[in-house]
Amino acid sequence: MPGIPSRHKSIFLLAGVVLLQILLLALQIKRDSQGRLIRVWTVGAFSPFERAGNHGIGHLRETWRHYFALQNTSRENEQLRRENDELKMQVNQLQSKATEADRLALLLNFHKSHENVPMLGARVIATSAGTASATIMLDRGSKDHIKKNMGVITPEGVVGKVVEVYDNTSEVLLLTDKDSGVGAMLSNSRKQSPVGGAGEPLLVMKYVANDDVVNVGERVVTSGMDKIFPRDLPIGTITEIKPGNPFKSIRIRPSADLERLEEVIVLLTLQPLLLNKEAETETAKPAAGGPGKPVTESPKSSASETAAKSAPAPIAPAPVPASADSAAAVKPE
Amino acid sequence: MNDAFDIRNMESHIEVHKFRGGAIVGATLLALMFQAFVPVYFAKAAMIDLPLLITIYFGLSRRNPSTGLLLGMVIGLLQDSLSGPTVPLGLYGIAKTVIGYLASSIGARLDTEHPAARFALTIIFFGLHQGIVLLTRRILLAQSSVWFTMHLAAAAVVNAIVAVFLFALLDHLRKS
Repeated sequence: MPGIPSRHKSIFLLAGVVLLQILLLALQIKRDSQGRLIRVWTVGAFSPFERAGNHGIGHLRETWRHYFALQNTSRENEQLRRENDELKMQVNQLQSKATEADRLALLLNFHKSHENVPMLGARVIATSAGTASATIMLDRGSKDHIKKNMGVITPEGVVGKVVEVYDNTSEVLLLTDKDSGVGAMLSNSRKQSPVGGAGEPLLVMKYVANDDVVNVGERVVTSGMDKIFPRDLPIGTITEIKPGNPFKSIRIRPSADLERLEEVIVLLTLQPLLLNKEAETETAKPAAGGPGKPVTESPKSSASETAAKSAPAPIAPAPVPASADSAAAVKPE
Repeated sequence: MNDAFDIRNMESHIEVHKFRGGAIVGATLLALMFQAFVPVYFAKAAMIDLPLLITIYFGLSRRNPSTGLLLGMVIGLLQDSLSGPTVPLGLYGIAKTVIGYLASSIGARLDTEHPAARFALTIIFFGLHQGIVLLTRRILLAQSSVWFTMHLAAAAVVNAIVAVFLFALLDHLRKS
């Protein structure tokens, strides 16, 4: 840049670069394109590492649980150490298998008791790279028939909805994100009002008039009005109610542990769904087998594998009792 | 990008550090991976903004404002890309561009090798970064955001503590 003093060059460069990014922001807002091409490239470049990292961490955790964590006990006595190590290793293996089996059994039971609802298990492989949004990345994408706006749940409750789909991965906007929202209603009074995120762990229920009777501890469930989630899926429990103007300020603790998601279920349909309330309530209980009780699924298979084995079925009333352990048969509403 | 350069017309006693080949790219990619991956297992880790710390560190060490702001821009845009479609490209990009520029400008004038200086600078830069993100959201995106929360204050301190140890670790990537 002739004529510009050397010490000012960087200031001009700064101004230029910031201006370019402001234009980029403006373009995205105007065209609503969200810079998809750049995102596809970046996500495509990073997701293999995230998948590999996921496998690596899983492997490390297993190795840590099964071997290194036991090494400290080995110094007391050689003979006892061997016996102790073997026993503890077996116990640890069984415990971790039981924990994983519980989780998988919960997903499997949920899937079996809602066989009329096409769904797919998926693993969480990454989260949002910044605090400006609350999203997670799943290891399933358009190749697994996932589409934008599909609902994502766990047996405990609603998680969020798919907002971006790539070939092998997809991004889910969590309920806690500021831009998130779900059609909801109070379980007792059936009063309907949307629930949204506030960028913090608790959710907010809007538009409940001060005259309406609402109690702390009351459950909030999906209303089905958003055409994404079936009715009566648990969203959360009311933890705080304050009078406001003109509406109450209601805060809700999500039923699903959104900060510790490892496996989720994607509802593979964009059609309005109906779920049997009884079945849903039953499956929301802890794993049917419980620790130490045999489960029907191999502990080594992942949740995604488990659910993926069941091909997406068309929505049809199919009252099939899954097993003695499974919660309840799905009945048409 | 990793070659040494002179800062002319500036204090000659400030040392400009050069790094081993691939150190900047490697550290940047690792930071972004960490940011997207680790919170899956440790939710609290989300409060650590590793891409920001990397921007600050290389800005302070390289001490070239042009390099600093370009590195900040690249890191910020990559972070935007990995933050989901609700975060427009440029939100973190603008903030980290400015931080990269300021860090390298300050690095060229002050000795920032002492842990206490690094701690204080990280808190200041973290606050500035949040301020720029917030201003961008309010002015350019018309989104509401709160100026200050205890969580942000705690995050600033946590990031500064992490920065002290991380920067010491990254010092090993310098060419002696």
